[in-house]
Amino acid sequence: MAANRHAAHDAEAEPEQPDYSVLTETGLRTLEAAAELFSDFSPERGLLSDLPQITVEAAGIEEVCRLAKTDSSLDLKMLHCLSCVDYEEHFELVYFLHSLEREQTLAIKTSVPYENPVLPSVSGVWAAAEWYEREASDLFGVTFEGNPDPSPLLLYEGFGGHPGRKSYPFYEYREF
Amino acid sequence: MNAEPVEMLLNMGPQHPSTHGVFRMVLWVDGEKIVDVEPHIGYLHRGSEKLCEGEQYHQIITLFDRMDYVANFNNELVYCQAVEKLMGLAVPERAEYVRVILCELNRIASHLLYVGTIGLDAGAMTPTMFAFRGRERIQSLFEAISGARMMHNYFRIGGVKEDLPDNFERLIADLLPLLKEDVEESDRILTFNEIFLTRLKDVGSISAEEAIDFGFTGPCLRGCGVEYDVRKAQPYSVYDRFDFDIPVGLDGDCWDRHWVRVQEMYESLKIIEQALEQIPEGEVVSSLGRRLIRPPAGEVYVRAENPRGEIAVHLVSNGTDRPYRLKVRPPSFCNLSAIKRLLCESWIADSVVILGSLDIVLGEVDR
Repeated sequence: MAANRHAAHDAEAEPEQPDYSVLTETGLRTLEAAAELFSDFSPERGLLSDLPQITVEAAGIEEVCRLAKTDSSLDLKMLHCLSCVDYEEHFELVYFLHSLEREQTLAIKTSVPYENPVLPSVSGVWAAAEWYEREASDLFGVTFEGNPDPSPLLLYEGFGGHPGRKSYPFYEYREF
Repeated sequence: MNAEPVEMLLNMGPQHPSTHGVFRMVLWVDGEKIVDVEPHIGYLHRGSEKLCEGEQYHQIITLFDRMDYVANFNNELVYCQAVEKLMGLAVPERAEYVRVILCELNRIASHLLYVGTIGLDAGAMTPTMFAFRGRERIQSLFEAISGARMMHNYFRIGGVKEDLPDNFERLIADLLPLLKEDVEESDRILTFNEIFLTRLKDVGSISAEEAIDFGFTGPCLRGCGVEYDVRKAQPYSVYDRFDFDIPVGLDGDCWDRHWVRVQEMYESLKIIEQALEQIPEGEVVSSLGRRLIRPPAGEVYVRAENPRGEIAVHLVSNGTDRPYRLKVRPPSFCNLSAIKRLLCESWIADSVVILGSLDIVLGEVDR
């Protein structure tokens, strides 16, 4: 079971070149433009099924997002979703950005270590980010530096642990 | 008399009928004016996303029913589509049509519930009766098809559970004219009513730019004048085969959001009529969908247009019979996150209408 649980992670780590032909023309252009625009943040190209995907370092996520939103070559005005995935050795944060005019979604991925999961907040870039980040810190214990309101959103004040994590004893029900 | 202005704290909810579920707001008021708002959600947090990690792919459909419990079919659809995309599974054509018909009926049912509740929020009791009569008719049809008024568990990965009942054609032929009447009636009695207009027009306005910044989708975004609908922009299922319009508002205020929803009901009726003409005979579920499902390792991100806005599912699979991670992007969550921006500087009396015009479902906000 333990080996299986890491399978998704291992499959990604393979150096195999993804097949970019599944991307649409706009998708390919977005991927190229994004890789060029984020060149200061060591971007890695990739694919998330049929969406373009860029992996960057966690420390630069705020600047990357600001560039993605304001630069006219991308125009990703909407933060569609912020998803946190627990891979047990690290957390992966996936920012799904969307451009309404171009009808294009871009996934920006970044990783933070399991022991000290801290990264800059993007709530200064999109207003939508504030609640997404509070949700991720509730459920996974990821700290977003610069979020204006770090209080729990979905859980109550003083709730012990982070129930989204794989290590949380979720299926051992406690009856009251 | 020497009266100093005092800021007062006013608690609304979680057990307050106007909060549409268990939502709590703490309002700081200066007289009748709202100065600051602190929204509290999470009263209905059941850990649905985490629960999905412990269930097999077929079992998760029931959990999606319970997220947006007013638009069950639409929620089931987006989950099934996510798994189908991950597996590369083709859905029989008849099943796609059945899905579209049920989803559009569900959209009407959801919007009728909205029309009823916004009427109550604005102080009108009668429209609720008209709206609920129509909604009940749709739910009776749902019961005839799936066996349940709500929480249908009818869609399957690769199709739907079983074919429509034999008397479906008669049932829907009876329903549609009545439904049209219900929609028209609830529209006529409310939309251009003078008191209703006064309560909603120029209340809770938001610009298109800000709305996009907050991640608004669905009728809330279209109310601001942005012509965007996933069914048109990135047609899924068989939506590219129907002729329908996207209603768009002008000012992004409460009334525009209301008007967009009412017009969407007419558009949904148009889609249903076309779908009934085009629906082919044949299988309703792919044979692969009946087995134990083990999608290959990978990730997908699938979007769909729900009555409340855009729902999206980020599904991570590691090749086992359970998802590794399943993240839902609930439309009401984003729409509600703007509540502070919408309520500040407005009146206490308008707070109820503004919240009502966002049309939230707390089951989906909290998950």
